[in-house]
This record gives sequence, C-alpha cells and structure tokens, in this order.
Amino acid sequence: MSANVLYDAPGPRARARNRLYGALSTVAILGLVAFVVYRLDDTGQFQPGLWDDYEYTDTHRRIVDGLLTTLKTFAIAAVLSVALGAVLASARLSDHRPVRWVATVVVEFFRAMPLVIMIFLLFAGVFTSDPMWALVLGLTLYNGSVQAEIFRSGINAVPRGQSEAAYALGLRKTQVMSSVLIPQAVRTMLPSIISQLVVTLKDTSLGFIILYEELLFVGKAFAEQTKPVNGVYAFIPMVIVFGSIYIVLCLALSSVATWVERRTQRSRKGAPPAMAMVGAAVTTDAAAGVDGASGADGSHTG
Amino acid sequence: MNVLSDHFAEFREGFLGTVELTGLSGLLALVLGILMAAFRVSPVPALRIFGTAWVTLLRNTPLVLLFLAVTLGLPALGLKGWDSFWLAVLTLGCYTSAFICEAVRSGINSVPVGQAEAARSIGMTFSQTLGQVVLPQATRIAVPPIGSLMIALAKNTAIASGFNVTQLGSVQKSLNADTGYNIYVIFLWIAVCYIIITLAISGLFRLLENRLAVAR
Repeated sequence: MSANVLYDAPGPRARARNRLYGALSTVAILGLVAFVVYRLDDTGQFQPGLWDDYEYTDTHRRIVDGLLTTLKTFAIAAVLSVALGAVLASARLSDHRPVRWVATVVVEFFRAMPLVIMIFLLFAGVFTSDPMWALVLGLTLYNGSVQAEIFRSGINAVPRGQSEAAYALGLRKTQVMSSVLIPQAVRTMLPSIISQLVVTLKDTSLGFIILYEELLFVGKAFAEQTKPVNGVYAFIPMVIVFGSIYIVLCLALSSVATWVERRTQRSRKGAPPAMAMVGAAVTTDAAAGVDGASGADGSHTG
Repeated sequence: MNVLSDHFAEFREGFLGTVELTGLSGLLALVLGILMAAFRVSPVPALRIFGTAWVTLLRNTPLVLLFLAVTLGLPALGLKGWDSFWLAVLTLGCYTSAFICEAVRSGINSVPVGQAEAARSIGMTFSQTLGQVVLPQATRIAVPPIGSLMIALAKNTAIASGFNVTQLGSVQKSLNADTGYNIYVIFLWIAVCYIIITLAISGLFRLLENRLAVAR
C-alpha cells in the first residue's frame, strides 16, 4: 500500500511543513555523519600509517586468499546444504510415516540450535584439527534444514488441482513430483533459496570464532599485526575495508535473487504460485525454530 | 549426566545471561525497527534514504563483523566505559532492527489499498485510517515474522560468546575446555536450554497471535 492513500494531497502549508521537516532531518543526518567522521578523524583513524598497508601487493594477496577461502567454504556448504535440503524435504513429503517423523525431528532440531553452538561442538568433538569441515558441516546441517522447509513449502504451494490432475492421468508419485510439481515449485522457491544462500555466505564468518582462516580472520590478524600509529590500532580501517567486501558480496548475491524474482514474474507462463511461508523468504537470518512463521501469513484476504 | 549438577551455577548464569541479552536487545530491536519502518514510509526523502541505508548496511553485514565493529569501533569513537554486555545488546539490537523494520514494512504493505481507500472515502482522518483500519491489520500480519525474528535473535546471542559476554555459548566453550566431561553431554544440556528459550518465545508469540486474531 502506498503511503499517499492515507492522506490528501498536501496543500501549500503542508508542503511547506514537509520541506521544513525535510531540511531539518537532512541537517540532523548530515550532522550525525559529520560527527562520526569527525570523531574518527579526531581519534586518528585516518592517519596514513594505518592505511598504507592496503597498498602492498602482499596485502592484496592475503585478502584475496581469505576471500577465496570464504568463497570455497561457501560453495561447498551451499552445494551440500541444498542437497541435504532436497533429501530432507523429500523425506518430509514421504508417504511413510516413520520417515516423515525422523525428518521432522531432524529439521526442527537443527533449526532450533544456534549455529555457533553446533560449530563449537563439531570443532571440539569431531574436526579438532580441521576447522573448515566443522564450519562446513555446521553450515550444511543448519542451512540444509532451512532449505528443506523452503522446498517443502514451495511444493505445497503448487495448487492441489495440479497433482490431482496428474494422478488422474495415471502418473506415479515420482512422475507427479518430477514432471509436474517440482518444475512449477522451483520458480516459487528460487528467490527464497538464494536469500538463504546469502545467509549461508554471511554465516561463513562464524569461522572466525573457531579460528578458521577465512576473510574476517585474515582481517583481524592483519589489524593486529599492523603497528599502531601514535597509539591507534588499525581496527577501524580493517572493519571499513572488510565490511565493504562482505556487503558487496552479499548485495551481489541478493541482486541475483531479485533478478530471478522479477524474471519469473513477467514470464510467459504467468506468475508462480504464492508461497505460504513468507517468513523464510523475507525475514530470516534464521527462520523460526518452531514453525511460528507459517501460520497467519496467507490469511489477509481483506 | 553430572555436568549439569556439578556446574549448575554456571548453567544458571549462562541461561539467565542469554535470556537477559535476548530480552533487552529484542526490546531495542523493536523500538529501532518500528522507528526505521516509519522512516522508510515517511514523506521526507532524507529519512527514507537513511532508513534504506540502515537496513541495507545491517542486513548485508555478517553479525560477527558487526560485533567487531561495535566492540572495537565505539571505544575508538570515544564511547569508553561500556561493558561488553551492553555493547552486545547494542549490536544485536541494531542488527535485528533491520529485519524487524522489513517485517513491519511488509506488514503495512500487505494491507490491501482498498482498505485505506474505503476508510478515507467514508471521511476518516489520517490518524483514524492508520490507527483503526491499517495498523490493526498490519500488526496481525507482522506478528508471526517478528516472532521468528525473536527466535533468531535468541540463537544469535550465542555469537556474543566470542566477545566476553556470559551466556550459554560461553558456558559451552569453557566447559569444553574443562577436561573430563563428555562434550556431547554438555552440548545436550546447552541444547535443552536453548530449546526452552525458543519454545517460550514461540509460545508467547502464539498467545499474542491468538489474542489479536479475529474470526472471519
């Protein structure tokens, strides 16, 4: 709903008032930004000595190494979590009750557990010398469970008539799935899957906590070994540089999601069916542990 | 099994720490999130830009990096003397507020335009339209996603264990280092604590949802 339905078109006095508010808030925001920059400058964060190191090719190589490690971890975790998600989702849609139950318990448990706690456990218990696999496995278990929920709600969002018609034609369950339901569901799910992948990418930085040498760890190590200039440590430059790298990576990946969404919406085949669980698509850093999101979303018929 | 009874004090402290951290940062996130949502729909462009920048920056930064930025950056900006607990509250609150803002905004957006148009055309004023027609419906839509965000927040508090805050994650870390206990048993008890917290939050929000629900 656009905001302008709520009030009449502003008259001359309201327009003047809006301009005043606009000017005031612009001044306030610029003042805030200026204050932050001033404090940063005042405390000596912009001294050239702190930034010089970023010009060396050696530094560039270390940053690229960290970036590649992060991307490698992300790639493995993404592939494994999508695969795990597919397996768990098909188990949850199974006709056999025990299979369904086991899958439900697994999915709900791993969604309810904080990822850090799981990574600590894997690092302390299984992969003591290999933090990468602790991180990858933790990411896979958690994101796989979330992906499973996305797949399941995507399949459930295809109108009932589709599968009923397919069964009526005499197709078997596998055929119904693979040639009727999945092709339609994929178009609904793709944006949600990609935004969950963005979460996976962001969460690779948790490797920092188990001292895995990914991008953020490189940054911290780098800031620690840069000699302090006039008693100022190089942490703020590090946060600015590495923060921008992460933001660019995540924005690039989310813009893929937006592009896919826009593309499927103006497709010749019509819009994909709306998904019930909006929660997974929009909000999550980590969707509800105990299906809170799926309830009331679809109910606003007006 | 005796890890829990041997170290009950630590577990209790960690549990209370997590609950406190979740509660306070949840409150901060709600206030900031609603404020940012108001900014993002306001007629003043500068506020809209600020809201959008806030959400884009915070949603695309890893929480660990944000923790680093706050714990190292704020002291550099002259905010000395805050202990790590309040810095963690600030970090988690700001991070979650970006998601809350989007949940609130999509709640407002999903109220059909016809509702506001109808209210306007029978002569309701701006505040009546908003207060009696749009917001009640928007709240009903926004509550379930906010509930799942709160659960996500409770789980994200575990990251604070890397930054000297006493909560369940740091209990697990210190007990893992304390040799002699089975780390899987420690994990089990920590898991039970988290499940209690997440179930409590989702129960609370289900209650709220039922209170707000209307028969159609």
